[in-house]
Formats: sequence, C-alpha cells, structure tokens
Amino acid sequence: MTNFRRENLGKGYGMHKSAKIKEIVQETENVKTFILDFESDSKPGQFVELWIPRVDEKPMSIAYSDGKELWVTVFKKGPFSSALHEKKVGDLLGVRGPFGTHYTWEPGQRLVMMAGGYGAAPLYFLTQMALNDGCKVDFVLGARDKENLLYVERLKALDGVELNIATDDGSEGHKGYNTEVLEKLIGEAREGKGFKVICEGNTCRREEVTVDPIDKVYSCGPEMMMKKVSDMCFEAGITAEVSVERYMKCGHGVCGQCSVDESGHRMCVEGPVVDNETARKIKEFGSYHRDSMGKIHNF
Amino acid sequence: MNLETDFCGVKFSNPLVVASGVIGVTGASMKYAVEKGAGGVTTKSIWMKEHKGHPCPIIVANEHYMVNAVGLPHGGIESGKHEIEEYQKNQPAPLIANIVATTGEEFALTAEAVSEMNPDIIEVNISCPNVEDEFGRPFACSKDDAADVTAKVRAKTKLPLVVKLSPNVSNIVEIAKACVDAGADGLTLINSLGPGMVIDIDMREPVLANKVGGMCGPAIKPIAIKIVYEVHKALPNVPIIGTGGVTNGEDAIEMTMAGATLVGIGAGVFYRDIDIYGLVRDEMIKWGQDKGVNSLNKLRGTAVK
Ligand SMILES: Cc1cc2nc3c(=O)[nH]c(=O)nc-3n(C[C@H](O)[C@H](O)[C@H](O)COP(=O)(O)OP(=O)(O)OC[C@H]3O[C@@H](n4cnc5c(N)ncnc54)[C@H](O)[C@@H]3O)c2cc1C
Ligand SMILES: Cc1cc2nc3c(=O)[nH]c(=O)nc-3n(C[C@H](O)[C@H](O)[C@H](O)COP(=O)(O)O)c2cc1C
Repeated sequence: MTNFRRENLGKGYGMHKSAKIKEIVQETENVKTFILDFESDSKPGQFVELWIPRVDEKPMSIAYSDGKELWVTVFKKGPFSSALHEKKVGDLLGVRGPFGTHYTWEPGQRLVMMAGGYGAAPLYFLTQMALNDGCKVDFVLGARDKENLLYVERLKALDGVELNIATDDGSEGHKGYNTEVLEKLIGEAREGKGFKVICEGNTCRREEVTVDPIDKVYSCGPEMMMKKVSDMCFEAGITAEVSVERYMKCGHGVCGQCSVDESGHRMCVEGPVVDNETARKIKEFGSYHRDSMGKIHNF
Repeated sequence: MNLETDFCGVKFSNPLVVASGVIGVTGASMKYAVEKGAGGVTTKSIWMKEHKGHPCPIIVANEHYMVNAVGLPHGGIESGKHEIEEYQKNQPAPLIANIVATTGEEFALTAEAVSEMNPDIIEVNISCPNVEDEFGRPFACSKDDAADVTAKVRAKTKLPLVVKLSPNVSNIVEIAKACVDAGADGLTLINSLGPGMVIDIDMREPVLANKVGGMCGPAIKPIAIKIVYEVHKALPNVPIIGTGGVTNGEDAIEMTMAGATLVGIGAGVFYRDIDIYGLVRDEMIKWGQDKGVNSLNKLRGTAVK
C-alpha cells in the first residue's frame, strides 16, 4: 500500500478523477446501483470516495469492477446519498481510490458469503472473482423482507453459487437471521453431509448429499451481524474476514478519524477488510464507534 | 547518532513528533504512531465544546503539496479527556496537548481543564480564525492578540507552554517575541500556509468543501525552514518545534540546523504512511553515521549565522 502510493504519486494520486455515470439501476425503492466509467485496478472489499461538489464526499464499497467500469450500490439515507440518487446518466462524479484492504481467497476453496444490507454488493464482486478461480460459493443473503433483498437476480445468474435467502418476516427464504443459515451450513460441513431439496415439476424431495468443509467465511453488512458471524466462525474454528466500517474522511490514513481501539489502526488503510483474528482484537468491534467529531457512540 | 532530545525539560527518545490534527484523534492512534517510531505525539486541537468541522473533501494532495480544510472537528473537553487518559495508560512517549478556542477567556478555561489531564506540554493553536475579529483574522496575525492569549493561558497552567504560530504574517519574529515575553516557553513553527485553493478542471469546482484550505507538505518546507531560522536567530534560547514539509531524514536534519529542537511531521503521513516516523528516524541515524556526527544536539542551529 505504501508502495502503491509511491508509485502513483505524480500520476494523480490524491486528486479526484471525474467519472461519467454510464447507467443507473433501481434495485429497490431506496437503493440504486451506479455504473461509472472509471478505470481502476480494484479488488473486492476496497472502496472509493465519491464526491458531489457542494454536497459532500463519502466512502462507497466497490460493487463490481472489470477494470474499465466501476459499480457502487447506494442506500438513500441522508444528504449525500439523496443527492447521489438525484443524479442522471451522463452526470459527472469526482472519484478517488480505490482505497483500503481487500478480501483474500485461494483457488478452488469453498467459501461462504454472509451479506446484509449493501454488503451484498461487495460480496457479489468477491463471489465473481472467486468463481473465476474455481471456488464454490454459498451466498447467504439477509434482508428485512423480500422487497429489500439486493442482487438476487445477479446472484442466481452465476454458475457455482448456492444462494440462501433469509428474511426477518419470512416473505422469502428462511424466516429469521442469515446467521441461522450459517449455523446450519457450519453444522452440515462438520457432519460432512446435508440435505438438498430437489424439485421436478410440482414434486420436491429431500436428498442426502455430501458436504465439503468450509474454507472461509466473509461478512459485510450491519456490524452486529458481522460480530455474530465473527463469533460463530471463531467457535467453529473457521477462517473468516469481515469489513469494519468507521467514519472515514481522507482515505489516506492522515486525518485519523477512522482509527479503532486499541490498535489505533486506521480502517481506511489497515481496513476495512480484516481477518477474524484482527477483528477480535478490535475492542470496539460490535460495541461502539466514533462519529465525525471523534465522539464515541454505542451500537 | 544519538537522537535523544530535551524540550522544555521533557525527554524525547527522538525529536520526531506527530503534528496536531494528523492521526491524533484517539489515544490508541497516537500510541500506534509511537509504535511506528514517533518520539512524541500532539493531540488534535481540543475544544471546550464539541465542534463540527467541515464536510468532505477535507484534503486534496499531490506529489508537491497537500491542502487541508478539516475544520478542527472535535468532540469537546470530555472526549479529549477520554482519549488523553487512554494514551496515558502505559504512556509510551511524551504527549503534547494542543488546544484551540475563539476568545482569550475560552483559551484560558480550556488550558485550565486540559492541564488537569497532565499532558507533558500544552500547545496553543492561535493560528485559527478569530471569530471575535470581524475579518476572521487569527490571533497569531497580531502581536498584541498573540501575547494576550499567551498571557491568559500562562496564568492558568504550570506546564511547559508552547504557542503555535501562523506563517501568514510579515513580522513573525515580532510575534514570536511577544509570545515569549507573555510567558511562552517554546514555539511551534509553522501552522499551515495560505490558505490555498485547488480547482478540479473537469468538475469546474474548488475541490475542498471549504473551498480554501491550509497548505502543508513538501512545498511549504522552504518557508518553514526560513521561519525557524529567523526566529532561532532572534531568540536562540527558545526551543522550537519545527514543522512544515518534513518527509525524510535530510529534511529533519535541515530543520534542526535551522534551529528546531523537535521536528513535527503531519502531511508526511500522506507521502510515506504512518511508517514515516520510524523511516525518518532511521534516515537521521544513518546520516549521522555517514557524516560522523554522533549527536543531534551538535547540529542544532548550526546553519544560523
Ligand atoms: C468503507 C465504507 C464503505 C461503504 N459502502 C457503502 C455502500 O456500498 N453503499 C452505501 O449505501 N453506503 C456505504 N457506506 C456508507 C456511506 O459512506 C454513507 O454513510 C452514507 O452514504 C450516508 O451519507 P448521507 O449524507 O447520505 O447520510 P448521513 O445522514 O450524513 O449519514 C447517515 C449515517 O451514515 C454514517 N456515515 C456518514 N458519513 C460517513 C462516512 N464518511 N464514513 C462512514 N460512515 C458515515 C453515519 O453513521 C451516519 O449516521 C460505506 C461506508 C464505509 C466507511
Ligand atoms: C489533515 C491536517 C489536519 C491538521 N489539523 C490541525 C489541528 O487540528 N491543529 C493544528 O494546530 N494544526 C493542524 N494542522 C497543521 C499541522 O499540525 C502542521 O502545522 C502543518 O500541516 C505543517 O506541517 P506538515 O507540512 O508536516 O503537515 C493540520 C494539518 C493537516 C495536514
């Protein structure tokens, strides 16, 4: 990362590049995906800083990039995201990045994605990259209800992905938290076998299948969900990576705003993606965070 | 080369300190900078009451300079106290508490409250705009205002007192003298320069949300060197924290030769990440070895004639 900086100083590093919005996809009532003309060497788990002049600049996870275009999937919340939702195809945004650490995997592994909220977007990017490396992926997607599920159709279109859905109200898939699905997956992997529902026409049957061990679990979404995933993986002895998001401003590790206790690591540089061992040493993970003034708030 | 440095009676294992506003938001982040080689740390400017700061972008930078308009965000005195206490658990290196306020009275109150937290040194940031003045001129731009704030803070603290001055004046030596006469034990030179502006020509807009911001980083080093030199020449017994554009060992040696006792590094973190403190320390040691200089103390002010 230090080398990345040295190599790119003098080539615009630290300045914005302007990116044209190529396409806008309405995902749900409050979520849009923006496809930007933006060349980068981005990896899943990294983020960009998006700038709308006279509004603000905010960190956004990279939802996909093929090197030439870059996607971000954005929830409409406050002033910045609302202003972004007003943008039209052809409008320009200022972009800096990519910044931060990324998810890691080995070819041929069995991976489990634990996604909540906009976490589905970066984990979709990770899933695509891992599939290219011959990995098998169980994608566990959680949301309040059916209407708020993100990326379902895109995930269904991928070969080599088992999609598991959990909704709080049971309007689609498992009724309850997606961590309950993870519990089942971990149990089956431990047993080495599980059941699969196979449907032909209107008749469905359960069939016993052999289940491979889980090599790694990835989590992105609400912090309490990630904390639960972190605990479960620790107890089950499974390697995991989580994305620890804190209030970020500069993206360079200079302003100190996103430092966590007690390592002092800056989540825009030494994060947001950290391995579970590191996450478990972050005292505030799943407990509290600091706002734009550095004041502490509990989750 | 031995880098141990005494500043106002406080011992530093090396002269490199984290400049205010960089990294120092939390106790843990300041400890991290010490782990990475800093000889001491400065807190972000502490306000009595919480202070919002500017929207983003707060920083724009390239290989030559950084322009920043963070807007002094801070959670207020209780938040400052919490972070200082966290740092002081197994305190790894001296702590400089930087304070800011908009009136002389508020500076005095803040200094009193912060002194109770037992930092090693108090640094008074008088280089921010003074809202009492209708033109928004910083206290550091007038020798009378600067002396007035210094005297008010002096009355409230027994700690070593350092005043941080602005380079945006024509009479820095006069202002430095006024602060010392009013009770300052040392001076930090310099706060950021300008302000400056960067326009993004594609977006056709100033980049910083605040439009203008303080310049720092490599481009301002010659100005920082010149100011440290001038003030050291005029006040050879007043210790200086030389800050501005230092990114490598040679810069730090140069700052020392101009008369600095401690050397602050802020924007340097952009150029070499937080490792910069250890890297600069090692480069200074290597320079000393190569040149046969065994103590930094022998270099201080040697260029000042
Ligand atoms: C690494 C990272 C990746 C992110 N990825 C996405 C993404 O893919 N999609 C998405 O919709 N959002 C993402 N966010 C959150 C996003 O940056 C903003 O929080 C959000 O757009 C709110 O801004 P606002 O002005 O609309 O709302 P506001 O009302 O200003 O903020 C709403 C809440 O968002 C949080 N927030 C605001 N600003 C920041 C900031 N600079 N850094 C961190 N948190 C902040 C605060 O907790 C605040 O209470 C990400 C944040 C981080 C740190
Ligand atoms: C991001 C940033 C934030 C800063 N915030 C403060 C601050 O809160 N208080 C202060 O006295 N100086 C602040 N400064 C000024 C620095 O402490 C320093 O005086 C100046 O940047 C010159 O040194 P440099 O070139 O090494 O950065 C800030 C500088 C930067 C880059």
